[in-house]
Amino acid sequence: MTNTGDFQSHYIPNTTDEQREMLSNIGASSVDELFGDIPSKYRNPELKLPDPLSEIEIVKELSALANKNRTLTSGPSFLGAGSYHHFIPAAIKPLMTRGEFLTAYTPYQPEVSQGTLQVIYEFQSLISNLFGMEVANAGMYDGATSLAEGVLMACRVTKRNTVTISATVSPKYLEVISTYCQAQGISIEMFNPEIPETNKKSACMVVQYPNYYGYVENINKIKESAHASGSLLVVAADPTSLGMFKAPGEYDADIATGEGQSLGIPSSYGGPYLGLFTCKKEFIRQMPSRLVGKTVDKNGQSGYVLTLQTREQHIRRERATSNICTNEALYALASTIYLALLGKTGLKQVAELCYQKAHYAANEINKLNNYSLPINTPFFKEFIISCPRSPSNINKILMKDNILGGYDVSEHIDNGMLLCVTEMNTKEDIDQLVKSLSEV
Amino acid sequence: MEQGGNRNTQKLLMDRSVPGRVGCILPDSDVPFQALPPVNLLRNSLPLPEVSEPEVVQYFTGLSHKNFSIDTHFYPLGSCTMKYNPKINDEIAFSPGFAQIHPLQPEESSQGALNLLFDLQQYLAEITGMDGVGLSTLAGAHGEFAGMLMIRAYHQQNKDFGRLKVAIPDSAHGTNPASAAMSGFDVITIPSDDNGNIDVKFLKSIAGPELAGAMITLPSTLGIFDTNIVEVCEIVHKAGGLVYGDGANMNALLGRAKLGELGFDVIHLNLHKTFSTPHGGGGPGAGPVCAKNILLPYLSAPIVTCNESNYSLTRPKHSIGRISGFQGNFGVLVRAYTYIRTLGAQGMKSISGNAVLNANYIMDSLKDIYDLPFNRTCMHEVVFSAQSKKANDVTGLEIAKRLLDYGFHAPTMYFPLIVDEALMIEPTESETKETLDAFIDAMREIDKEISTNPQIVKEAPHSTPVSRLDEAHAARSPNLKWEPVK
Repeated sequence: MTNTGDFQSHYIPNTTDEQREMLSNIGASSVDELFGDIPSKYRNPELKLPDPLSEIEIVKELSALANKNRTLTSGPSFLGAGSYHHFIPAAIKPLMTRGEFLTAYTPYQPEVSQGTLQVIYEFQSLISNLFGMEVANAGMYDGATSLAEGVLMACRVTKRNTVTISATVSPKYLEVISTYCQAQGISIEMFNPEIPETNKKSACMVVQYPNYYGYVENINKIKESAHASGSLLVVAADPTSLGMFKAPGEYDADIATGEGQSLGIPSSYGGPYLGLFTCKKEFIRQMPSRLVGKTVDKNGQSGYVLTLQTREQHIRRERATSNICTNEALYALASTIYLALLGKTGLKQVAELCYQKAHYAANEINKLNNYSLPINTPFFKEFIISCPRSPSNINKILMKDNILGGYDVSEHIDNGMLLCVTEMNTKEDIDQLVKSLSEV
Repeated sequence: MEQGGNRNTQKLLMDRSVPGRVGCILPDSDVPFQALPPVNLLRNSLPLPEVSEPEVVQYFTGLSHKNFSIDTHFYPLGSCTMKYNPKINDEIAFSPGFAQIHPLQPEESSQGALNLLFDLQQYLAEITGMDGVGLSTLAGAHGEFAGMLMIRAYHQQNKDFGRLKVAIPDSAHGTNPASAAMSGFDVITIPSDDNGNIDVKFLKSIAGPELAGAMITLPSTLGIFDTNIVEVCEIVHKAGGLVYGDGANMNALLGRAKLGELGFDVIHLNLHKTFSTPHGGGGPGAGPVCAKNILLPYLSAPIVTCNESNYSLTRPKHSIGRISGFQGNFGVLVRAYTYIRTLGAQGMKSISGNAVLNANYIMDSLKDIYDLPFNRTCMHEVVFSAQSKKANDVTGLEIAKRLLDYGFHAPTMYFPLIVDEALMIEPTESETKETLDAFIDAMREIDKEISTNPQIVKEAPHSTPVSRLDEAHAARSPNLKWEPVK
């Protein structure tokens, strides 16, 4: 093997001469010799990969692939259902891609990781404040897995093994919860959020807020039912909605989770996103994932460390609260910068813009013949329209006008389309959507 | 030396807040006013900071200066593969054609993304010697969880309900037993033999009708290639179990051996280790699951399939189900794809060759002063024991902390658990010989200090933004968020 001659990589500095020098120090005759522990029958297998490309070539090839994708910015887009097109301030990317943040590991050596650790402490602080909850952890993989871990945690806290989930929770979230529960003997029951009922076997009642279809349910009523049975209230909240709607903590939620993608993270075909996870302080020793705490160094100077690590897999192994290790720290940073920039007034403005534009769109569509709004409940930025024919068919027609339509939920609601309107949609976009719908 | 004023990083965002400052400007609403919802649904206060954009940029830039990172420091953190993260990978992942696409948009409008994912599945299968790959798992431990659920589902499908035990070596990462437990298994710990290999005799004694499988890291966390591995896989298979491979250490084996050919049935890869995607201070990662034919029907949903050059998302027949919100950490997958296309097959071999060469060079240059628990050729990382330094009352942790003063990130300490005072060093292929030599010099210098001036080692670090932090205090009275001054 060589790194010069017939093959050279700009990511691998060793020259043939340097390799030779190092080999002679070691007392080996070749690099191949270092792999002598691999049984010869299995050593140096044939490896069929495309030929390596230079940077010029790879950019060209991948631009061609990228150009086959319809981007959210290339025309009006009204698709949400768990991933949202929100404004991302320009200051986020240059800060999060600073090598000092981007190319650091998990902060195991606190003395040389104070940057990452203080960011995570800020993240825990701002997410706790946004959710009105006592504690937030350092982040989970995404909204779906965060909720699933919340459900598992509720079972640990209550020592019960049934969970009760609202029928209006995202079907994808429900599926992930079911995957996480399948091997742990936890059974899943559903409840109707309009007549919330549970029983004393249930570890928790799980509700999405706003629900999968965009509507704000009576969380108080669900909370009362849960707490009357000694079950926990688990709320999966849209963090953007919390710029205007009551925080889960104000409803006395025991555990509140969320999809953090809306907080400064691009749609990126589904990931990386960011799981938000908060709870009451009394449950911290049952929490999954990392926590950063404030402490002092030996000179009395304040600093930050990973804490309560005895919950975690690297200490507790098979008895850990979760197997989670690497999560989404870089995007916890992005969302912290987002919340700092948007701040008290900006996040409220974003929420109100979503609300205003979504309601304008709903009212205009409701005026059309053949379309209606089947659900009459307060909503935030998403809502259901009943279409005259199959929503996927309508979406194909909208795409001809370069409009990315809503999500087809006809599986759950007759000819239902879930539309999402955010601050990124102008009145012009909305009017164009209404016009195109009317022409279907 | 930290600056004063706003650029000083001590103050937290909430304490920087000044009423009336804003960090971004949004447009006014362009639609007619819509009635607000009932007031009892609305919140009264939103306790977020009020700071301007320059303050935010200065604050976070200041914080970044308090980190060691690959771009600023040698980071030989064993088992973490802290190699150079190519900038072109980031640039491509952030390009609008990849970053600005919605996970649920119609497949005909995302064929480029699906094509990339399909090809990546093929490349990873080829590299690992497996038959197929799923990409929806979001980190290494997430891949382990999916893989172990697949093994469970496989046995259940065969009505083999009694297989509830999983054998895991004592050298394994903590995620392995934790993932096995989340997948409903009881863990049996397998000891290592005198050479650091899996104790075959012990494994034979527990291989029976209750064994669902084994979880094995190769090379092991001792940094060595287990020479019994083929026999180990055969023993597990003969007993009716399946073999899970933790691919955390794949950087050593790229182009050198395929886990699928050695006998593994299902493995995960850490793209944020082997395939150069940035670790980001603790993620995002990606942990694709690569499996043999018998386990492909159980992969988590969705996977990408291709029918006459038309790509789509598909649910495998007996899928363990959806394990994440959408189809995986796409941005990370784009980076790994770019890396593989940049390096090709020869590049894969060059990565492993140079990574292993660099680790052996460090091992050889330090083995006269630091103990080797297993004196044999290492793979991509070397594990020393600092046990003998205890004679001077110096621990492995203190040596690690002293390295910070020399401008090097510490090795992984106290892992694997079976080595006393372990220091696990992984240089990777992307460091120069000059850097390795400087690191070796620092380790030798510290060794001298241990005998001449042990106090300077014991009290290290001395030159970092903070000194040794009181972790016990942090755990005893947890302070986990900002509170207003009372």
